[in-house]
Amino acid sequence: MTSRVPSRELDAWQGSPLPAPLAEEARRLVDRLDASQRLWLSGFLAGAAALGAAAQEAPSSSGVTIVFGSQSGNAERLAHRAAEILAGRGISCTVRDMIDCGKADLLAAQTLLVVVSTQGEGDPPDRALPLWELLNGRKAPALSHLSFAVLALGDSSYQHFCETGRRFDAKLEALGARRIHPRVDCDVDFEAPSGMWMEAVSGVIAQTSRAAAPVVTLPQSSASLSSAFTRRNPFQANVLVNQRITGRGSSKDVRHIELSLEGSNIRYEPGDAIGVVPRNAPEAADELLQLLPFAASDSVTVEGHELALSDFLRDRADIGRVDAALVARYAEAIGGKEARSWIEAHAAAAREGKAPAPSLVDLVRAFPPENIDAQAFVGLLRPLAPRLYSIASSLLASPDEAHLCVSIVEWQARGRKQRGLVSGHLADLTDEDSLAIYLHRNTGFRLPSDDASIIMIGAGTGVAPYRAFVAEREARGSRGRNWLIYGDRSFETDFLYQSEWLAWRKQRVLTRIDVAFSRDQEVKRYVQHQVADAGKDLWAWLQEGAHLYVCGDASGMAPGVHEALLQIAELHGGLDREGAAEYLVGLQRERRYQRDVY
Amino acid sequence: MSSVMPRQDLSAPLSELHSNEQLKHDSRFLRGTLEESLADPISGSVADTDALLTKFFGIYQQDDRDERDERRRAKLEPLYQFMARVRLPGGVCTPAQWLALDALARKYANGSLRMTTRQTFQFHGIRKRNLPSLIRGLRDAGLDTVAACGDDNRNVIATANPLFSGAHEEVSTLARAISARLMPRTGAYRELFLGETPVSQPTAEEEPLYGRTYLPRKFKIAIAIPPQNDVDVFAHDLGFIAILEGERIVGYNVLVGGGMGMTHRQPATFPRLGDVIGFCGPQDVGEVAEHAMCIQRDFGNRKDRSHARFKYTIEDRGVQWFRDELARRMGCALGPARPFRFESSGDRLGWHQGSDGRWHYTIYVENGRVDDSDGRRLLSALRSIASSHQGVFALTTNQNVTIAGVLDHERRGLERLLDDYGVGSSQRQSRARTSSMACVALPTCGLAMAESERYLPAFMERLEQLLQDAGLSDVPINVRMSGCPNGCSRPYLAEIALVGKAPGKYNLYLGASHNGDRLNALYLENADESGILAALGEPLRRYAKERQAHESFGDFVVRAGVVRAMLHGRDFQRAERSG
Repeated sequence: MTSRVPSRELDAWQGSPLPAPLAEEARRLVDRLDASQRLWLSGFLAGAAALGAAAQEAPSSSGVTIVFGSQSGNAERLAHRAAEILAGRGISCTVRDMIDCGKADLLAAQTLLVVVSTQGEGDPPDRALPLWELLNGRKAPALSHLSFAVLALGDSSYQHFCETGRRFDAKLEALGARRIHPRVDCDVDFEAPSGMWMEAVSGVIAQTSRAAAPVVTLPQSSASLSSAFTRRNPFQANVLVNQRITGRGSSKDVRHIELSLEGSNIRYEPGDAIGVVPRNAPEAADELLQLLPFAASDSVTVEGHELALSDFLRDRADIGRVDAALVARYAEAIGGKEARSWIEAHAAAAREGKAPAPSLVDLVRAFPPENIDAQAFVGLLRPLAPRLYSIASSLLASPDEAHLCVSIVEWQARGRKQRGLVSGHLADLTDEDSLAIYLHRNTGFRLPSDDASIIMIGAGTGVAPYRAFVAEREARGSRGRNWLIYGDRSFETDFLYQSEWLAWRKQRVLTRIDVAFSRDQEVKRYVQHQVADAGKDLWAWLQEGAHLYVCGDASGMAPGVHEALLQIAELHGGLDREGAAEYLVGLQRERRYQRDVY
Repeated sequence: MSSVMPRQDLSAPLSELHSNEQLKHDSRFLRGTLEESLADPISGSVADTDALLTKFFGIYQQDDRDERDERRRAKLEPLYQFMARVRLPGGVCTPAQWLALDALARKYANGSLRMTTRQTFQFHGIRKRNLPSLIRGLRDAGLDTVAACGDDNRNVIATANPLFSGAHEEVSTLARAISARLMPRTGAYRELFLGETPVSQPTAEEEPLYGRTYLPRKFKIAIAIPPQNDVDVFAHDLGFIAILEGERIVGYNVLVGGGMGMTHRQPATFPRLGDVIGFCGPQDVGEVAEHAMCIQRDFGNRKDRSHARFKYTIEDRGVQWFRDELARRMGCALGPARPFRFESSGDRLGWHQGSDGRWHYTIYVENGRVDDSDGRRLLSALRSIASSHQGVFALTTNQNVTIAGVLDHERRGLERLLDDYGVGSSQRQSRARTSSMACVALPTCGLAMAESERYLPAFMERLEQLLQDAGLSDVPINVRMSGCPNGCSRPYLAEIALVGKAPGKYNLYLGASHNGDRLNALYLENADESGILAALGEPLRRYAKERQAHESFGDFVVRAGVVRAMLHGRDFQRAERSG
């Protein structure tokens, strides 16, 4: 299962990064303030924190970024040469492969120099595609702060000569950026024209950098730290991306979904979850209504609110598969033992794989609720519970966005493919759609201070919050080490976010990553085996104060990992069984062993 | 000995040479960080620098380019996989070896074998974790992959089929001897793939011939027995042409400076025909080969890899310079070249009889791909033959295979078996089809700009229609296709050649000789299929009407002025065009 129901809200202070005495002091102070005073203070603190961050960053950047999109290496060489020429004029700059240039880099730059070649029939180089798609997609940032110039490389024997450079040039202008020098298109003998372009462009930049005085812009502080959206009053988030991230031939369909939080004022922290408010498919609710001896307009009262039966069945009731408890209540209400034996037979058949698990429609068709009224009927049903998905992004790295990692639940029944109510709905989302969501705080799953090390253990979509953790710690420049121990089914198709982990490992943001793929060898191998194998190092990290996280499946993985941890404490810590258990409890008490399992 | 040891002062300080030179130098004789790369479970690839080193062991890192973009979006790394190429001098493979190759292809690769223009096998689609198992499997069959790629002496090729005559047997033995003599000696291969204990401090003795930086670029050797020029002896860095008196080989003409690769629109790069520079006795061939390679080692361009092949060393310094340097190192000069005559660069397909009365059957293998596909189960057929065959399998440099050494009474049985597996139909293919070749290209080759192997069959169907309409169905015209200008399928020696420029776009070249001693010339640039077929119509129709007796299509288009005669590689990419 990839979804779960909300757990009890924890006291927000428990999850704070403040040491206990300071937390106590802060809490006492906050308790004495009234609502408007708290609001002012929150804005003040947010602004001060942002200013501090800006002040730290300022000296490292002159604001000139050179990006190259290269296939054969020519554009890359020219980009570095341009940097040398700028350096000769006393201007430092950043040179970036386009594949490493994201939205945040565009927003941080003041001047962008683009050196890009064209492939085949006018196509961008492979490594230029992500940036090209960003600029052309719904997430394209406004670039009115940016000035730019483009150097295009190509081969005039092709029909679409320098097409990629042309398109970048036009696109940057369309997004509001200001061109400081006309684009130059180079043929295969690019040396002379590219040299002239570099001289001219560096001249313009040198002039403007002398003229401009340093400007510090204050980021807007948020007026409120939390937003008002709840499961009853959800935010309609626009869908930005719905991307399958399991490869061809995978046994699973896992989606990376990006939602826009723009305008919501939702400010989440890594570890938090997004609640998705489901609705039943209208056809499913209609099918049920047809079978019921009630009118669609019959009024029912739920949680003190009166509403039409049809609305209730569509928006509020779980009308999917039935469980034993519901059948028991149902049999009780309609006064029949037959219903109970019916469900027992069906449940047994389902367990043996002979028949699908029965649904509410099946139950109602077999035993119509003729002797009870609509109000009594709805009282038997379970509420339609929202699904929670761990957020897989950091607001620092992806402003105004929340990313989810969702495994689409699928099974075969009645001769066709069935999908989970919520994940099935998510699977069908396009970037024209919006999704009803709210923020679910998960204060029991929080990053430690920046200099503490973390060990992240997870399987399948349980890796989602770790993507948020690492992105956040990268953006913050945290010095603590980051170790991921991850498992899934198949290396080739199911390694969720593989290219990002690889990039983070290369940049040394991810200190270490261990993997277990259960189906890649004859004997199944799971994440807990990997944990056990890494026991010696894991114990050493713990002794040095590392924080431990476990996320994912609660039935198999989490107990397996817990057992492996006990054995590590015994083997490497010299503890007996009882001592090992106490040790883990101690870690939990110190909030150094946090779990988010479902 | 002194002439053989590597010169320590190469053309310039290492830091001024191409970055690959520094990499080779620092790699501790090709070890690099391969041990860590091969063991890293997070990526299916090896480190970028290590990917250059594995080439010296015949192993290329590739990825499925069809899935590349889809996987990038899915935040998965490219679908990395490896191609491994066997060292198989002279293309000779025993039935036991064939069975081993077949089993390894099905267990660790993509279930097919690819026979190459260098007379050997390639496995495709090997996952990193399976590389050591595959290499061990080859070792158990007496095979290896050393130097099948990389800056070293590549697989030595020779006119196919050692069982055809005594001379064929002799050149086959010679190919093996040269290969063994010029093979890299580094222990890295055995350590990395065969589990040998690493040496603590590799020393210079590890590579007495190559030194730390190996060659500037690949080095290719071919041996031909006239009148067959199946190996395209003019297309290699070093060539030997057997000179026979009666049945006996009395020595070899020596050719230097041939090669195929070029870069589009870079006139300083070009395909080049080898120059015949003299004659040596059979006992001197090994020494000539070693000295020639070492001269290239010492004088080849190590700054610019697109100008690093031996052909440019010869072009830049001249043939006489090379003769003098070779004579200086050998202590004597080569003799004057002897006359020779080539007829064809193709294979004898179907049955032919050798000098001892045994029979040989050459199967036409489209693109060299040995696999089982609807109705045509070549992989299974050859496995079945290998389990009882008493002769050998002889790979040809035209990507075909000869079942060599069949006794007269076994012929019917072999034919029946081939028919049962749907592969006995080579005679029913058109002459143009059986003279055609393509390189692998997409989706696995990293250099490909356009389709080749996957596209050739469809293109040939359309060309066959054109030939039929012109009444040329029975005329052998060799057609070669290449996904990029590097020329693995030796396209510049084809009468009709398509060389990839972009997806669906090719340069069209015409007018090489049928026996491989003249290059073709650019006829149409950057054209799609309909443009190519339209451009071919007129010359083919004229050829049908105006050709002289025994005149090949390549010779005709030159005589008729459709393209100019391309005699020198340096003119190949010059702007002037005739026609």
